[in-house]
Amino acid sequence: MNAVLGMEFMQNALIAGLLASLACGVIGSLVVVNRQVFMAGGVAHTAYGGVGLAFFLGLPVLPCAVGFTVLAALIMGLASFGRSERSDGIIGIMWAAGMAFGIILMDLTPGYNVDLMSYLFGSLLAVPRSDIWFMLLLDVILLGVILFWYKDFLSLSFDMEFARSTGVPVRLLYVLMQVMTAVTVVMVIQIAGLILVIALLTIPPMLAELFTDSLWKTMALASLSSLFFCLCGLAISYHLDLTSGASIIAVATTGYVLAWAFKSLRRLA
Amino acid sequence: MNPHDHSCPTCSGHAHPFIPEPNFRPFPGTGTPVIELEGVSFAYDEREVLSNVDLTVASGDFMAVIGPNGGGKTTLIKLILGLLAPRRGTVRVLGVDPLSVRPAVGYVPQHAHVQPSFPVTVHEVVLLGLRRTGGLLSRWPGYRGQDKDKAMEALRMVDMAELATRRFDALSGGQKQRVLVARALVSDPALLLFDEPTSNIDPQGKLCLFDLLSHLSASITIVMVSHDLISASTRISSVAVVNRTLIQSKGRELTPAMLELIYGSHDATCPLDEYIKGVSSIFGQTGPRSHP
Repeated sequence: MNAVLGMEFMQNALIAGLLASLACGVIGSLVVVNRQVFMAGGVAHTAYGGVGLAFFLGLPVLPCAVGFTVLAALIMGLASFGRSERSDGIIGIMWAAGMAFGIILMDLTPGYNVDLMSYLFGSLLAVPRSDIWFMLLLDVILLGVILFWYKDFLSLSFDMEFARSTGVPVRLLYVLMQVMTAVTVVMVIQIAGLILVIALLTIPPMLAELFTDSLWKTMALASLSSLFFCLCGLAISYHLDLTSGASIIAVATTGYVLAWAFKSLRRLA
Repeated sequence: MNPHDHSCPTCSGHAHPFIPEPNFRPFPGTGTPVIELEGVSFAYDEREVLSNVDLTVASGDFMAVIGPNGGGKTTLIKLILGLLAPRRGTVRVLGVDPLSVRPAVGYVPQHAHVQPSFPVTVHEVVLLGLRRTGGLLSRWPGYRGQDKDKAMEALRMVDMAELATRRFDALSGGQKQRVLVARALVSDPALLLFDEPTSNIDPQGKLCLFDLLSHLSASITIVMVSHDLISASTRISSVAVVNRTLIQSKGRELTPAMLELIYGSHDATCPLDEYIKGVSSIFGQTGPRSHP
């Protein structure tokens, strides 16, 4: 065990799992209570455009993907705010266009030989140390924003109309929420891949919501359960030689089903 | 024992005077104007919703705003809140621009706007109604002891203090609406605005809510958008009908012109004519303008 933990790639994986879990728990809770899961899925798939752009221009993947995805989230947020009846269509267009843009750029990249699968399904064991520092910076910014505007985010998430009447900057915070989702999505792509990222953003908050009575408790429990799922998934992936992202999602899904069953049985008893 | 005291399951299970006791006030409030609209027009893009509307609500008034769907009732409330700016005319609340008196205005939006399942307690929902005084300390996610006490006091006013620690989504429709009233009351408003407060509430819950509003109207000016004319009729002190334009009554009487603004004109053989006569008999002595 000590030998495994002594390996640098395993240490990186554990730290990356911890940092991504924190972001997933906090931002994922906002995504779930605001019923923005489809929007988060759209942002995740648009991120592939940023990955393609990074390879085409020969830039570092994580910062480039963050920049591209934040831009896409800004467009999605501004276009969909106050137009709930049209927001799914806008998200659908951005979803497909971002993926197509990324694939075309990958096709055009000379001598391209990157493992595409690692971006689609994630590779926690391949996160480099340089990305860890970047993830830490993003986590600090995300938590700072949430702490500063916590009551406003709570108010607008619960009742946007009332929040607006009390002077909460609803439009600004709505777009900021999309931007934070974009940052989190890119961070989690490293771990679960862009296809599975949506599960890590939604399963831990949905599980936490079953047992909590306030948003901050949901965020805290979601972060802890996300970390637990990452660690268990990583261990299973290492011992059984499975894809780490898929293993984490399998553990998280099992965990949610068990928690839901426990809660339902307790309600019946 | 008060014969009107009954256990109301829609409230928190206490004895509660849910049977309507008429709080009929023949004249609207006579204090200083709380709301003044002069020549107000508003349009969404090119579609004009309100045209040259005048309205005065006096201190102590309990006004029902009624009218057909799409007639501009909610737009009127949003103009009073300052959420929308008029294209023409002026809106004044407590004598000034609505945005500068936000803490003095409590708002209870339509129940449908609230997220149906949300991890939040009843107590914290009420705390959301407190306006921040500014400064970095008010940004801290926790709440001060005095704010918590104030929220509990607001819950006691709506008879919901015993359910303070319960999750909001575990309440009945009527209980939820009472908590939302407490959220609006916690900032000690001079004016309360309600947008369809009885939508999604069962008949007993409606009576409880109107009874509560009737009690509150003794100390706070209330303007309420409602479709539920009959339940509201015994509690209100004045009526305004909105359908692109606005007609305000001097009391709680519905004039023929107001009825025509709501329902249009019908001849005496139209089945709707009977209904209109019924409504007008509840609100006043005047009947609809029938065409033989």
